[in-house]
Amino acid sequence: MDFKNTSDFVSGFWNMYVIVLALASIVGCGVFLLIQDKAKTNAGNTTGHVWDENLEEYSNPLPNWWRWMFYITVVFALVYLALYPGLGNMAGSFGWTARGQYDAEMKKADEQYGPIFKKFQNMDIKAVAANPEAKEMGQRLFLTYCSQCHGSDAKGAKGFPNLADADWLWGGTPDRIKETIKGGRDAVMTPKGTKPDMDAEQVKDVVAFVRSLSGLTHDSARAQRGKELYPQACAACHGPEGKGMEAAGYPNLTDKVWLYSSQEADMIETVTKGRNNRMPGFGDFLGDAKVHLLTAYVWGLGGGVKEEAAAPAAPAAEAAPAQAGMDGMSGMSADKK
Amino acid sequence: MQSQATYNYKVVRQFAVMTVIWGIVGMLVGVIVASQLVWPELNVLEWLSYGRLRPLHTNAVIFAFGGCALFATSYYSVQRTCHTPLFAPGLAAFTFWGWQLIIVLAAVTLPLGMTTGKEYAELEWPIDILITLVWVSYAIVFFGTLMTRKTPHIYVANWFFGGFILTVAVLHLVNSAEIPVTLFKSYSAYAGVQDAMVQWWYGHNAVGFFLTAGFLGMMYYFVPKQAGRPVYSYRLSVVHFWALVFTYMWAGPHHLHYTALPDWTQSLGMLFSLILLAPSWGGMINGIMTLSGAWHKLRDDPILKFMITSLSFYGMSTFEGPMMSIKTVNALSHYTDWTVGHVHSGALGWVAMIAIGCTYYILPRVFGRTEMYSIKLINVHFWVATLGTVLYIAAMWIAGVMQGLMWRATNPDGTLTYSFVESVKATYPFWTIRIVGGLLFLVGMIIMAYNMFKTIGQGKAVDAPVLAPAAAH
Repeated sequence: MDFKNTSDFVSGFWNMYVIVLALASIVGCGVFLLIQDKAKTNAGNTTGHVWDENLEEYSNPLPNWWRWMFYITVVFALVYLALYPGLGNMAGSFGWTARGQYDAEMKKADEQYGPIFKKFQNMDIKAVAANPEAKEMGQRLFLTYCSQCHGSDAKGAKGFPNLADADWLWGGTPDRIKETIKGGRDAVMTPKGTKPDMDAEQVKDVVAFVRSLSGLTHDSARAQRGKELYPQACAACHGPEGKGMEAAGYPNLTDKVWLYSSQEADMIETVTKGRNNRMPGFGDFLGDAKVHLLTAYVWGLGGGVKEEAAAPAAPAAEAAPAQAGMDGMSGMSADKK
Repeated sequence: MQSQATYNYKVVRQFAVMTVIWGIVGMLVGVIVASQLVWPELNVLEWLSYGRLRPLHTNAVIFAFGGCALFATSYYSVQRTCHTPLFAPGLAAFTFWGWQLIIVLAAVTLPLGMTTGKEYAELEWPIDILITLVWVSYAIVFFGTLMTRKTPHIYVANWFFGGFILTVAVLHLVNSAEIPVTLFKSYSAYAGVQDAMVQWWYGHNAVGFFLTAGFLGMMYYFVPKQAGRPVYSYRLSVVHFWALVFTYMWAGPHHLHYTALPDWTQSLGMLFSLILLAPSWGGMINGIMTLSGAWHKLRDDPILKFMITSLSFYGMSTFEGPMMSIKTVNALSHYTDWTVGHVHSGALGWVAMIAIGCTYYILPRVFGRTEMYSIKLINVHFWVATLGTVLYIAAMWIAGVMQGLMWRATNPDGTLTYSFVESVKATYPFWTIRIVGGLLFLVGMIIMAYNMFKTIGQGKAVDAPVLAPAAAH
């Protein structure tokens, strides 16, 4: 796309229209002032008209300094239009554009700051996380780009995951964290899981059972009935034991971590209406070097998982939905990439 | 017969009283939203949350307080300078009741969350239609009075009032073009950057015509009247009137610097904003210089103090405005509280102060008194209001420049030195000072209301007889 021409005109007519109108208007201001300036005045005397008993006007001339201020702004406007874009498609002799200014500033910044970030790019994440300078830089990036959702202490909020604990929805190894930051994540839970025909009572039963998995207070009679519904309604994603599936972002229901709160009413809402969540990808925007630093910072917050310790859950992830084979699964969560 | 006729002061009385009442309401809401910024826990109910109350504040002070002041002063001065009672008195009465209905509807619908989302034009389409009806009636009354005038020439105040009425009609009709989907919801007829441009063409001209041209009309009648001196220069009024109404129309794009708006549009917006400096100052000079030879009157006339101070603030903010429209300055000032400070140096310092001064002039005259109940209280009001304005503006200047500098500060590695929330935290002391400033201004209005009711209590509604025009000489 040719960003030199930012006028957006649909035809050459509008180009000429703008040029003629703008020039005529600015020059017109000057000419109007010149004509009025030449008009006869009679300093110290009134015009002779009287309204409402005593309202009169002096016939004083235009103040000199004011007149010149007006002329100067008119001349400035004409000079500016010769140098900068303003007359339709005409670029102005400086060739300046807002986009050009942005590109130039970004290029300069990349040249100046790029090497500072690049020096960490080939270092191992664990080494970067241990480096005090990198940690400071990572924190500054985090505060600028991540804290709006995850909080400046990285502890998240309702619907926004806590990054400082050891619980990971999408995996806490350096590779998985980097993947999340770069590509973002889309997570969808369909309403009533994979059993859309559940009624309100059945939803409460399932919720009671799920609460029992996590050691939360629950009605045991309901939980008993919910246990019957669980395999059909929830197990396809959350697994037969409710342990979830990290590779696909399906949450573990047996731990104490509840992204949308552990209040019964909130859990009923989750099951009834489902959930949609999205983390945007930052890869294109920040570039590899900054993503690398951020990965190390997030990994080093305290909950980072060492690669060798991570369970290789990926192959099972693909098998599970197929095995479930239920309607309503098509929209279930998947990696954005 | 002619000597028996009286001016139509009834509608003037109604609008003048409501100016004070709506002033208190609008400024009270302002103090509330300012407090909500410092104490977010004051956002107790959704209907009274910041997002709902902020448009209520702007609509109340601009259209309820400012609007009533414009109606009162224009109706008062147009009949007196035309030496004839108001044309179509029935329509004049309709403009009063219609305008009050619009204000009440705004006060109900905005807290309920019914909004077009267009700044200063938030009211939904049924209210927009009502505004149009009232405004057309206003134009008929005003221009009808002008056309039946008994003087050969049209007094300068009426050029400004007339320009303001015509332009606001055009602005309202174009910007409010919308497609209704339900009784309470509509969508703008424009989309994307065109919508933004139409919005700010409207938005800046709402300032330029509603809050400037109209209020200059006030200035041109009431300043020479109160000072008892002729207007400084007829020639200057001609030049600055035409230059002002012409160049204001181009200035809107300066609200959209460094956005998707094409570069050429941004440049023209900036240049015409700079050209606007001289025409704006023309009004200030003409007002202030009207006092030359009578400066001593400022010493003991608080109404004149209000008027001259308002012109000083007008000069200050119309210098500041063109400076802020320069792209490089705007890069620092935009989206900060500097903009809020700039608006209030115009809104409190200029618009409110001139409106207050003119209302003090009108009230005793339409209630059969020679002066207000207490001149001393006008003086107190003046000092309280001036102090409040200065506190408000100074706090917002400092806050705005500080925010702008914090947002652009970078570390040696190019990362931002401050996160956004750190700039919010740093702004708290200035937001607190702003509350004090706003509160002082509100207290001033309450003093005015007391003075007004005392004046009304001691007087009675009086319509002055129509005067014969002075013989031409």
